Amino acid sequence: MDKREIIYRHARLVRVTHWINVLALLVLLMSGLQIFNAHSALYFGSKSVFDDPAMSMHAVRTPDGPKGIGITTLGGYRFDTTGVFGLGGNAETGYQQRGFPWSVTLPGYRSLAMGRHWHFFFAWVFVINGLIYLIWGLSSGHLRRDLLPSGKELGHIGSSIAEHARFRFPKGQEAKRYNVLQKLSYLIVALILLPLMLLTGLTMSPGMDAAFPVLLDIFGGRQSARTIHFISASLIVIFVAVHIFMVLVSGVWNNLRSMITGRYVIDPAEEKS
Amino acid sequence: MSGLDRRSLLKRGLVVASAALLGGCDDLSSQPWVRRILATEETLTRTAQRALLSPKALAREYSEADLSKNFKANGSIDPQDRDYRALAANNFADWKLEVAGLVGEPLSLSLDDLRAMPSRTQITRHDCVEGWSCIGKWKGVPLSAVLERAKMKADVRYIVFYCADTLGLRTGDKYYESIGLEDAFHPQTILAYEMNDQMLPIPHGAPLRVRIERQLGYKMAKYIMRIEAVDSLHGISGGRGGFWEDRGYAWYAGI
Repeated sequence: MDKREIIYRHARLVRVTHWINVLALLVLLMSGLQIFNAHSALYFGSKSVFDDPAMSMHAVRTPDGPKGIGITTLGGYRFDTTGVFGLGGNAETGYQQRGFPWSVTLPGYRSLAMGRHWHFFFAWVFVINGLIYLIWGLSSGHLRRDLLPSGKELGHIGSSIAEHARFRFPKGQEAKRYNVLQKLSYLIVALILLPLMLLTGLTMSPGMDAAFPVLLDIFGGRQSARTIHFISASLIVIFVAVHIFMVLVSGVWNNLRSMITGRYVIDPAEEKS
Repeated sequence: MSGLDRRSLLKRGLVVASAALLGGCDDLSSQPWVRRILATEETLTRTAQRALLSPKALAREYSEADLSKNFKANGSIDPQDRDYRALAANNFADWKLEVAGLVGEPLSLSLDDLRAMPSRTQITRHDCVEGWSCIGKWKGVPLSAVLERAKMKADVRYIVFYCADTLGLRTGDKYYESIGLEDAFHPQTILAYEMNDQMLPIPHGAPLRVRIERQLGYKMAKYIMRIEAVDSLHGISGGRGGFWEDRGYAWYAGI
């Protein structure tokens, strides 16, 4: 009856590169927010038109209060984000204009110099780790075998979405493979969003722009690249949030163990009555 | 252990771990050994970019239509140092650029002397380390022409720029910067005396600033008084090759 099967789900290389990537992306995100805070506005094009940003976080003084308010603009819209974005601090410590709160940046106080050292060091970790994963993924067939969805799977994407929406996850034979939504989201992150982070990051480098001017044409200018870097990072944050949520609701210990030891327990498929 | 216990344990564990990580990282940022390890990124990045970047590869040049209407002036924008004020009061007629150090022929050049030398005009993008960019038009004498005229010696490794402005308010440190020979002899590296067809304005470094188009803005010293050719940065101010470098920023600012 209760025939639990243990399979070897994740190859050692996948497990090691996964956790190195977790550390690298966490440091890159937090140090990236530190760097963003040095000029908390985004633009499209080659240059910054300071009075017409695509997005900005800043403080404005108000005549009736000592502290002013924090404002976030996005396109033509203006939001009061006092205490979260644009203006932080309190009456005791003093108010301060800043983008993101220092509680989510690295270091946790204003230091562009250290933020850049953290960012670029872990950018190298991320790139070397990512290259190892991709080269192995291609040569071992992992990407094609485990992540490339088949035409049949793509055809059934609707029912997979419906199953996920009801928090019903594959069991039995079906649970031995990634389902089509997993395959697509992992592929988009590994082959599109993460490489996009690297390329838009390099486009912000005046040295790389001189070596490969085509980078500027691909992304529409250095300031566009900076904005796309920010958007892409936001999408990765959303992916990670959903990923962690799915790990939690689909058997957190089983999932965590499989990404640490490789072993994953398959629950038997429910018998049809 | 029941699932609920595990879950609450996990939750508590995550809270403790993330607090330790967040707090720990601030602490880490001030540890000398962590700074040493993180600083290796500069060597890696510099080595990689030098390998990818041919010495003659030019930074993109833009058109008049791309010029920034409001080119941000950053750092020192109106130096109050007495000697500088005196020079500015006389529209820099008494200003002289000293070229010294490991050179066969030390020079002392007025603005007119520089204007009489060959010039290059370029419309380029200025990238600040803070993240913003502005586009400006610069005219000046190639640094290579000045160094050749001064008969720079063979053992020179760095060119140091000494500036008139005091940016370290508490310490009284004057701004200075340094570059390697790859950038010193790059065709777009010019000593600019004009910006957007006007005499270089004070907020942008009058009477002379350097343009180093393949690096970030803080390398491009303003208010230049003296250029020195040296074989080592050791013993110059904080020894790290620049005002911001002495305060933790990377010497190689190509990224």
